[in-house]
Amino acid sequence: MKNYETVIGLEVHVELATKTKIFCGCSTSFGGDPNTHTCPVCTGMPGSLPVLNKKVVDHAIAVGLAANCEINRSCRFDRKNYFYPDNPQDYQISQLYEPICQNGHVDIDVDGKRKSIRIHEIHMEEDAGKLIHDEAENMSLVDYNRAGVPLIEIVSEPDMRSAEEVIAYLQKLRTIIRYLGASDCKLQEGSMRADVNLSVREAGTEKLGTRTEMKNLNSFKAIARAISNERQRQIDIIEAGGRVIQETRRWDDTKEESFSMRSKEDAQDYRYFPDPDLPGIFISREWIDEIKASEPEFKDEKKRRYVSQYGIPEEDADIITDSKHMADIFEETARLCGQPKKAANWLMVDTIRILKELSKEPEDITFAPENLAKLIKLTEAGTINSSVAKEVFEKVFADNIDPEKYVKENGLAQENDESALREAVQKVIDDNPKSVADYRGGKEKAIGFLVGQTMKAMQGKANPGIVTGLLKELL
Amino acid sequence: MLLTNKTALELGKLIRAGEVSCVEAVSEFLDVIKEKEPEINAFITVCEEQELKKKALEVQKGIKTGELTSPLAGVPVAIKDNICTKDVRTTCASKILADFVPAYTATAVRRLEEAGAIVIGKTNMDEFAMGSTTETSFFGAVKNPHDITRVPGGSSGGSAAAVAACEVPAALGSDTGGSIRQPAAYCGVTGMKPTYGTVSRYGLIAYGSSLDQIGPIARDVADCAAILETISGKDKKDSTSLNRTDSDFTSALKTDVSDLKIGIPSEYFEEGIEADIKGNVLAAAESFRAMGARTEFFELGLTKYAVPAYYIIASAEASSNLSRFDGVKYGYRTKDYKDLHQMYKKTRSEGFGAEVKRRIMLGTFVLSSGYYDAYYMKALRTKALIKQSFDKAFEKYDIILGPAAPGPAPKLGSSLSDPLKMYLADIYTVSANLAGLPAVSLPCGKDSEGLPVGMMLTGNRFNDKAVIRAAYAYEQARD
Repeated sequence: MKNYETVIGLEVHVELATKTKIFCGCSTSFGGDPNTHTCPVCTGMPGSLPVLNKKVVDHAIAVGLAANCEINRSCRFDRKNYFYPDNPQDYQISQLYEPICQNGHVDIDVDGKRKSIRIHEIHMEEDAGKLIHDEAENMSLVDYNRAGVPLIEIVSEPDMRSAEEVIAYLQKLRTIIRYLGASDCKLQEGSMRADVNLSVREAGTEKLGTRTEMKNLNSFKAIARAISNERQRQIDIIEAGGRVIQETRRWDDTKEESFSMRSKEDAQDYRYFPDPDLPGIFISREWIDEIKASEPEFKDEKKRRYVSQYGIPEEDADIITDSKHMADIFEETARLCGQPKKAANWLMVDTIRILKELSKEPEDITFAPENLAKLIKLTEAGTINSSVAKEVFEKVFADNIDPEKYVKENGLAQENDESALREAVQKVIDDNPKSVADYRGGKEKAIGFLVGQTMKAMQGKANPGIVTGLLKELL
Repeated sequence: MLLTNKTALELGKLIRAGEVSCVEAVSEFLDVIKEKEPEINAFITVCEEQELKKKALEVQKGIKTGELTSPLAGVPVAIKDNICTKDVRTTCASKILADFVPAYTATAVRRLEEAGAIVIGKTNMDEFAMGSTTETSFFGAVKNPHDITRVPGGSSGGSAAAVAACEVPAALGSDTGGSIRQPAAYCGVTGMKPTYGTVSRYGLIAYGSSLDQIGPIARDVADCAAILETISGKDKKDSTSLNRTDSDFTSALKTDVSDLKIGIPSEYFEEGIEADIKGNVLAAAESFRAMGARTEFFELGLTKYAVPAYYIIASAEASSNLSRFDGVKYGYRTKDYKDLHQMYKKTRSEGFGAEVKRRIMLGTFVLSSGYYDAYYMKALRTKALIKQSFDKAFEKYDIILGPAAPGPAPKLGSSLSDPLKMYLADIYTVSANLAGLPAVSLPCGKDSEGLPVGMMLTGNRFNDKAVIRAAYAYEQARD
């Protein structure tokens, strides 16, 4: 078999984190009853008109700048005409002829190598509503709560060659966009959606093969599986002497295969034309400068700084800076307790473990840096021992409790008083003659059991260092 | 006292002076409507009498307490049925919206109501404002009050006929290619389309969004100016509305035109125009000269391209604007269908009339891949060139004077059989929409059969006041 190269370009839709919709004042928040976040504009009522939400342009410019794009000083909206019930006007307001950003790139690191992925354009558009099919009643219902939620579509050039590069690119975009606060970029919830355009060609050839577009990819794992599957499907067709058809396919992640949605032949003619209801947008130099000036410190810069300023390992800095939210918690905690390495450790180990257990993301952390800092201080001062600290941290993570108050109210401060501990240790020695004999017989490890028994007797509050010292002394 | 022959401002004055009550005014007009509607059919919906009287009492109270000081307070008005009115059905004269009741009121209507005007009903029109005769209405044709065998013009034929028949002192119309000015001319009343963006389009059910403007139809120029002053102004719900600081249009009601330079496009009088129209319009030019204005014939240029450019742009926008009437959310839905596609197809086939379907198909075609550049883009370039030729003309002239239509109102049933001929009759009016210009049409005599003849005065963008002043001065000299 010949050696094939996979060529991939991405169309990434990102739901912007504005309070209100792109063309009306309705809320963009999730979870309302159907058609409660709607008005004449976003339900396509006769005579209603769109009015652009400036915040959408702010976000689009910010993402464009972060992705090294040229910002088009003059851009406008076009109508994409197609009939579907989730589309209240039966046209979607989008940008075709004059998108807001063009010719950018982002750099990704895969296998220690840096690569630049070019961005063809970024454009603004509105989301559609949601169709709910009621099989029992044999009817379909439409919920327009999502109709008019602002999106940007980021279109890359076909610069990626593997699933690893695709995922690195998506993670890079996600990190940038989250740092900007422009979106929470959740694939599972659909606030970030990636369509994969993929073709294969014989390695070493220039000409691009016929591509397919893959939709319905809801996780990085699904994307990786879909890429590997589609690559093989196309190679099989070519090897069998067939031709790949240009089409849109839908990935079914449970079946691990894709299905044809529509071929190019039945592609619709969207009859794009400039939307006469929306005047052109003129973006001044000052507007761009203002957004540039308010850019946050992005991940790469921040990571370098953490290594040099706080002396934490690069690997840790990399993980902490993946999320701006976590990085912010880290810095504030470090500032409050003066123990950056301890702060990093709580985040790297316990926080990430709990997040994983709960299938949550760093963005979901709700505790205040003050409380983590207090916990670190309590531990450092010897007020609580490390096992109590872990227990308290669980409460900090879950309920954002004040550790000082919590330790006090629950009597968790550790017992550091030797005379008080001596009694407990003596009782453990008396009650466990076998372990005592083992220890005395040279089994050093037996002391661990005795320490544990003492801790248990003290409800975990004993200072383990003092207990060990006392045991050694009394034995 | 006979109230129904009064102008809106005259009536408003009587009401504010306490000589006439709002309820009396409403009742008198309702009586005329009851008497004339069987013949004229200017209204699709007349508001419920009890509701109207309740509203009239409220307005009366507002006038008494001094809350309502507008010269239009208490004056009944009619609204073209493509302008949304909360709780009052708004049909666009189409089967597809025959039972549609909007949940909100258009900005222009809201402003009229806030001034104390009383919306008495919704006027008949060509379906979705597509037509020049008001014969394409699902609710039947409107008759011209001057000769009921003739059309009132269109598409705001109901508004023009209602004013001409004294069913209402004034009405709102909408003008995409002449739909206010041409019916005003056919019905012997005054109608004005302001500079594009002067009146909010929020709540106007769109036909050609880049061309549509709401404007007044009334018995004289002063009424038009007063209504325009009331309904104009920046609306944050319409991004294309303008923030004008010069919308005190009634301040332009002056009779001195000695400083005005009036250009008359010679090509307007060369072919296709009827002798009676030409004679009356040129006589009006003579009146302006007599008042001290300078008039001059000139070559405007590009006139013959205006109608094709207009029909391409308006139809293209309409094909997209009318997509939302799909049977899903509101309005007519076909009875039997197997699937979504068939529901769309049957709903729209049954719900729209022939003229609307013709324009949707035309507009869909000109936007189609492969034809976009050849038609739509070319039409946009033509529009830009037409605008330039007007810019050039307005370097020399304050006002351009011409006819509103090449002939008088046609006989009922004579137009729709030859749509191309009907489209070409829009030659004098469409340019003002393409170039976004203010233009007024007002009576300038009668033809040999006694039918009204209208002339049209067009001004430069934002120079609505020059148009109002010239029209007012002519009107004062004429009467």
